[in-house]
Amino acid sequence: MDTTKNLEEIFQSKIDHEIKIEPKDWMPDAYRKTLIRQISQHAHSEIVGMLPEGNWITRTPSLRRKVALLAKIQDEAGHGLYLYSAAETLGITRDQLLDELHTGKAKYSSIFNYPALTWADMGSVGWLVDGAAIMNQVMLCRTSYGPYARAMVRICKEESFHHRQGFEILLTLSQGTEAQKKMCQESINRWWKPALMMFGPPDEQSSNTEMSMKWKIKRETNDELRQRFVDVAAEQVKFLNMTLPDVVWNESTGHYDFGALDWDHFWNVVKGNGPCNKQRLDARIKAHENGAWVREAALAFAEKQKIRQQSQVKTA
Amino acid sequence: MTFYDYIIRLADNNLILGHRLSEWCGHGPFLEQDMAMTNISLDLIGQSRSMYALAAEINSKGESEDDIAFLRLEHEYQNLLLVEQPNGDFAHTVLRQLFFASFQLPLYQAMLQKLQGMTEEHFVTLRGILEKAVMEVTYHKRWSSEWVIRLGDGTAESHSRMVTAVNELYRYYGEAFISDAVDDAAVSEGYGVRPEELKAEADQYIDDIFRQANLNIPVDTYMQRGGKQGVHSEYMGYLLSELQYMQRAYPNASW
Ligand SMILES: [Fe+2]
Ligand SMILES: [Fe+2]
Repeated sequence: MDTTKNLEEIFQSKIDHEIKIEPKDWMPDAYRKTLIRQISQHAHSEIVGMLPEGNWITRTPSLRRKVALLAKIQDEAGHGLYLYSAAETLGITRDQLLDELHTGKAKYSSIFNYPALTWADMGSVGWLVDGAAIMNQVMLCRTSYGPYARAMVRICKEESFHHRQGFEILLTLSQGTEAQKKMCQESINRWWKPALMMFGPPDEQSSNTEMSMKWKIKRETNDELRQRFVDVAAEQVKFLNMTLPDVVWNESTGHYDFGALDWDHFWNVVKGNGPCNKQRLDARIKAHENGAWVREAALAFAEKQKIRQQSQVKTA
Repeated sequence: MTFYDYIIRLADNNLILGHRLSEWCGHGPFLEQDMAMTNISLDLIGQSRSMYALAAEINSKGESEDDIAFLRLEHEYQNLLLVEQPNGDFAHTVLRQLFFASFQLPLYQAMLQKLQGMTEEHFVTLRGILEKAVMEVTYHKRWSSEWVIRLGDGTAESHSRMVTAVNELYRYYGEAFISDAVDDAAVSEGYGVRPEELKAEADQYIDDIFRQANLNIPVDTYMQRGGKQGVHSEYMGYLLSELQYMQRAYPNASW
């Protein structure tokens, strides 16, 4: 009997019966690789995602907003931690993962290569970027790999809080002065289409979707998720008395049309030509390199402590 | 007005140090410590908010916590020079925190003792703020102590960075313990603490941590002063330009 084939059958039958795959279970190499790629990409997105909003911490317009923004960004750091841990269960270390980020081998969500230019962007990022992330992530709470699914359950709770917090920032602006309203609309205009592209390329161009669906790593296609997001946002924007660029109700489909997306530009951003790719990566590399002596010192000190304790035990 | 001034000073220290720590967010030496610094920043800014809100309330001029936090002129901020010093490297940051927490914790504890039994509403409110803050600052003190020891007794590089930090920051350690007219008035009103009385405990604590960290107190111990009276370092104006940017650019808006 072909054992690999047998293992594969057991594996697929677990998936088909909604039984979670756990770190010690047999899994196809490609499944492991796909997961490492996806989880690490997700973890890196959380960490790089701290930067655009981090840009506004020292300039928040009120103390209440400052505390909320700091707490939000700290949540993202926490998400990064859970996800790096989930990836580590697949046999890769955080150091390796960070190395792949810093050398450009691993990707992160391209949305964070756009600049956060105004205070309103803190609202748009929460509402649209965290909002789009939730659409993807809710489905990942049921993903087939156990540690990933469990990390996502915790993350999703916090993301929906971020989503509401972002919307509330915009709501306040939308009820404010003329300058605030202008800032609000301008920001929505700038983030809307990049947020739609967070769902990934159209299904007919997406190379990873089919296998990911079969393995229940992904459970809905890019286009399905994108349309759902558009339909929800188009209703929410009415509460702001703002508009979404190029979004129109389509009576015949029962959905909102959202116009053409510039996939050429998207692929350019992915390849490194977004407005902030260089700054984001440089900032991460700089923090990592500037922190090297701290990490080394912590290790050296822990080592010394261990030796001291051992010699104490011996002399006792 | 003494109570108002006294509270504002406490709050300004918290806000400005919280602001400095918040600059690390997203740029820490590793994720866990990025989060730890953000935590401390959140604690301190949280404390400042409660104190500004209390100050606004007793002043009853219709100001808000944000008016006080964002709309004063530089010389009206009364924080210590220590807390406005730039982050420098991680060694500077943890040492600055150690110096500040070694002052703040005994101060809060001594104030809590004085406030015991005082029944006026604003004293009761302040006591509540300080009781929560004591738990937070206890953690800040432990966190910074552990890091000073770890870095001082870590590698040759971390030791030499700690020595540099000590040489640059020690001159800002002492201002906290020099009293002025506001302190004197607050002492006579019953809730204030003479900072000189806190110095022996703080010195001894720093001594002990430095010994474990293989660090020495510098020979030249002249202490810079002025922040408490609103005479700041050149860094302060830049810090305030960022802090106040939105409130200055969009006056009278709600956020
Ligand atoms: Fe997140
Ligand atoms: Fe988020």
